Amino acid sequence: MTGNTPLLEEILFQLEMSAPQIALGLVNGAFYALLSLGLAVIFGMLNVINFAHGAQFMMGAFVAWMLLNWAGIPYWGALILSPLIVGAFGVVLEKTMISRLYKLDHLYGLLLTFGLALIIEGLFRNGFGASGLPYAPPAALSGAPVDLGFMLMPKYRLWVVVAAFAVCIATWLVIEKTRLGAYLRAATENAPLVQAFGVNVPRMVTLTYAAGVALAALAGVLAAPIYSVNPGMGSNFIIVVFAVVVIGGMGSILGSVITGFGLGLVEGLTRVVYPEASATVIFVIMAIVLLARPAGLFGRA
Amino acid sequence: MTIDRRTLLGGAAALPAIGALPWNSARAQANNTLKIGVLTDMSGTYRDGCGPGSVAAVRQAVQDSGVTGRNIQVEVLQGDHQNKPDVASTIARQWIDRDGVDVIIDVATSSCALAVHGVVREKNKIMLNSTGATADLTGSACTPNTIHWTYDTWMLANSTGGAMVKAGGDTWYFITADYAFGHALERDTTSLVQKQGGRVLGSVRHPFPGTTDFSSFLLQAQQSRAKVVGLANAGVDTINSVKQAAEFGLTRRQKLAVLLMIISDVHSLGLNTAQGLVLSETYYWDLNDRTRNLANKIKGQLNGAMPTMWQAGCYSAALHYLKAAADMGVAQAKASGAETVVRMKAMPTDDDAFGPGSIRQDGRKLHPSYLFEVKAPGESKGPWDYYKLVRTVPAEEAFRPMAEGGCSLVRT
Amino acid sequence: MASATTLSPDLSPGASQGGAPAAMPPAAPGVFGFTRAQAVALLLLIAALIACPFFLYPQFLMKLLCFALFACAFNLLIGYVGLLSFGHAAYFGMGSYIAAHAAKVWGLTPEVSILLGGVVGALFGLVFGWIAIRRAGIYFAMITLALAQMVYFFCLQAPFTHGEDGIQSIPRGMLFGVIDLRADMSMYWFVAGLFLIGFLLIHRIIHSPFGQVLTAIRENEPRATSLGYRTDDYKLVAFVLSAGIAGVAGGAKAITVGIATLTDVHWSMSGEVVLMTLLGGLGTLFGPVIGAAAVVSMQTYLAPFGAWVTIIQGGIFVLCVLAFRAGIVGEIARMLRVKL
Repeated sequence: MTGNTPLLEEILFQLEMSAPQIALGLVNGAFYALLSLGLAVIFGMLNVINFAHGAQFMMGAFVAWMLLNWAGIPYWGALILSPLIVGAFGVVLEKTMISRLYKLDHLYGLLLTFGLALIIEGLFRNGFGASGLPYAPPAALSGAPVDLGFMLMPKYRLWVVVAAFAVCIATWLVIEKTRLGAYLRAATENAPLVQAFGVNVPRMVTLTYAAGVALAALAGVLAAPIYSVNPGMGSNFIIVVFAVVVIGGMGSILGSVITGFGLGLVEGLTRVVYPEASATVIFVIMAIVLLARPAGLFGRA
Repeated sequence: MTIDRRTLLGGAAALPAIGALPWNSARAQANNTLKIGVLTDMSGTYRDGCGPGSVAAVRQAVQDSGVTGRNIQVEVLQGDHQNKPDVASTIARQWIDRDGVDVIIDVATSSCALAVHGVVREKNKIMLNSTGATADLTGSACTPNTIHWTYDTWMLANSTGGAMVKAGGDTWYFITADYAFGHALERDTTSLVQKQGGRVLGSVRHPFPGTTDFSSFLLQAQQSRAKVVGLANAGVDTINSVKQAAEFGLTRRQKLAVLLMIISDVHSLGLNTAQGLVLSETYYWDLNDRTRNLANKIKGQLNGAMPTMWQAGCYSAALHYLKAAADMGVAQAKASGAETVVRMKAMPTDDDAFGPGSIRQDGRKLHPSYLFEVKAPGESKGPWDYYKLVRTVPAEEAFRPMAEGGCSLVRT
Repeated sequence: MASATTLSPDLSPGASQGGAPAAMPPAAPGVFGFTRAQAVALLLLIAALIACPFFLYPQFLMKLLCFALFACAFNLLIGYVGLLSFGHAAYFGMGSYIAAHAAKVWGLTPEVSILLGGVVGALFGLVFGWIAIRRAGIYFAMITLALAQMVYFFCLQAPFTHGEDGIQSIPRGMLFGVIDLRADMSMYWFVAGLFLIGFLLIHRIIHSPFGQVLTAIRENEPRATSLGYRTDDYKLVAFVLSAGIAGVAGGAKAITVGIATLTDVHWSMSGEVVLMTLLGGLGTLFGPVIGAAAVVSMQTYLAPFGAWVTIIQGGIFVLCVLAFRAGIVGEIARMLRVKL
């Protein structure tokens, strides 16, 4: 490549530098997508913005830690069990508290779950301290990083991207292509009518909330080996995920997934160009999107 | 009906009074009571390193000082500043104005330390800082009311940074928490590296708080091809950085310099990840008989953990304060913080945490610092057996020479 | 059930209690737009303002008053326009930083510094409000939250805020260049006066024709539109006023406590002001004051108990939403069948 002009070389160099960052952005994007997917599922059915989503994400990681240290259940078991346990917790929350608010303004749901988030985080902080607990990746996914040609990527991170992508697609298929999904969508539009067809709508609502919460917990288990398991891990994420949801538009499941992954990439790119702004860039994009399309990129106005 | 209404309205208006005593009642207190306020992080990132353990350490010091046998009462208060300087300065003011607190101990994070530093100066009380790191407390910002006890950014840079450069790590890249403490640590380490003939190739600043994913910063460090990657952050941030550095195989070609890491962080990381890290502390429980003695006394109150250097510093500071106060008389000690500090500086220190030591004119407590290497899992013989001693830096060399600090208290 | 048909259109306690508004007697025309009960409560409030500093720690009271003013400003938006802003920390915090910078670096007098804080708060309110009022309800809440987070990161980076250290040792200075505010008691009277002016200003705004239109928008926006009101303009003006007063409250807090930090712009501050208003009573005149008093007292006296403060705050949130939606003052008002 000796014939290249300096400019081209510079561009190639920049590409070489940014490719790993963009690949990493995809990992972050995987978490954004999983979390905003859970929020979208809950919002679509219950019309509640689940502010406790971050706390439930954190619970997923903690439950995985407890399963390992108290019951000896390894990562792969926790990947199934932790979402089930936290989902069951979600059922209790929905039955005892959230279900009382459906007749009121949606904002009360936001306020209630905000309070719940404070309680859950405080309890975990009292019980486990704040500096975090170690959680090792499973043996099959630790070991030497994979050489992608332009970078060394730890196996576990590749797994996170693949797993998150698969879960997102599966959730989308369930909602768009199955009978259960059809009921769900119908109940969102006209609950009494669906009830008249013999579908137990309140139970469906409860299970939907549990499913959304379980998605958050699943993300938590996936995150446990990468980030330290600490009580604040969820609140760091949740505000960014809110912005992702606003950008994507609340209506669309697919929209939240695409936006999640996409914004992860944008954030990764920002880290190369201007690292100090990497925390802000998503909010700037949000403001721009809102000015152009108030309903969000994929939302129905 | 009207009366009912008025009563209720009155009740509503008087609500702020619930639980609040007349604010100046404490002033009439008996004069042989010394009040120590332990102002620390009870709920945040640094809780495990100081927090409730610092309070336990101060209580132990009160017991060990023997002052209660000399008809001196000591009351220990605790407060949670949540790592917020405004909360810290509010609590400090309230303690001094309302509760008659004489000395404030611990004060985690540099920003809170600086805030309380100003308050005790204004009110002529004392701060004995153990957990705060910024070397400015005994440098450009020094006052006659503060003693900086356990460690500081200069000492960390000097001990850990110096060892790295000596071992051949002459090119550096920093991953720095983007706030005052991170900047100070980077600044102190940079000047040390350059003084010893090394070069700093660059640095990247990560947002604080709220960064959980350090992989992209680690990648930039990798691409810089520097021999040493310096982590100028603390607590959860450092833990995450180290974890992720191992994951990306950064440690295969480069050395990690963790500039601030304490034993509770190592515990949290686990030896698998932390093994081989080089770090500096001024206290380790398994250093000698005296340190083990102190640890045995306190560990029962720490949920099975061993005391950190921050907690040991609180013990040492409280002990020395009580000795000095008993020596000069409680009434006099309560009257002027600055005078008590003068007395404390005049007396040599000696305790189980740091052994014999002294306090310098600029408020810097002097004792040796230690360079440790974290053991591999196979070398560790039991719980909390984490460190191998690499080098002892004698007290005279461990801290910044007084002349370089720029403290106005130092007469040249 | 999630059916949209049964949802009440707004957050006002009256409407959300199914038919409760009818139980409220129409506001009797009293003195300066105050009902008799309100006038009595106002007198009690003023009496408390005068008496309290002799019994309670002035520093604590001043902080309380700053937060009470902040909560009143917030209540103007949620209680009377029905907009839940989850990002009011941005205006409070910017007011705090600007006032601190003005007093410390530019050496301006305290009243000018605080006013400047209010102006900057209002300017931010203008820009953010313009973006946010395009959406309503939950979207509005989330957008304001995200925009406030942007301000947070700006404050983290901007050199003049000194990052995590904040602006420390802010001088209280001389009021109007003549009255020394260094003594706690003189500072207290200044803050109490400022609070009272802000409180009465908000009352005046609510009871002006402009305030009546706001209430109309809250009750039924399409109808207000069809009556020819440009509802977005009204909402924006209310938003700017609320942000401006929040900025004044932030500025006063900075001058009082002598420190302006990231806490003031953090999203948990936005949550706290929601809690104060909700606990005291949304859409009541005195609710935010009582709510702020309760929350600030709790934070002060529970401080030694660490994370329990968060847990208890969360518990109060849950309790308020589930069982106690009218808040303290709202419940009292309902019991006494008066408007407070």
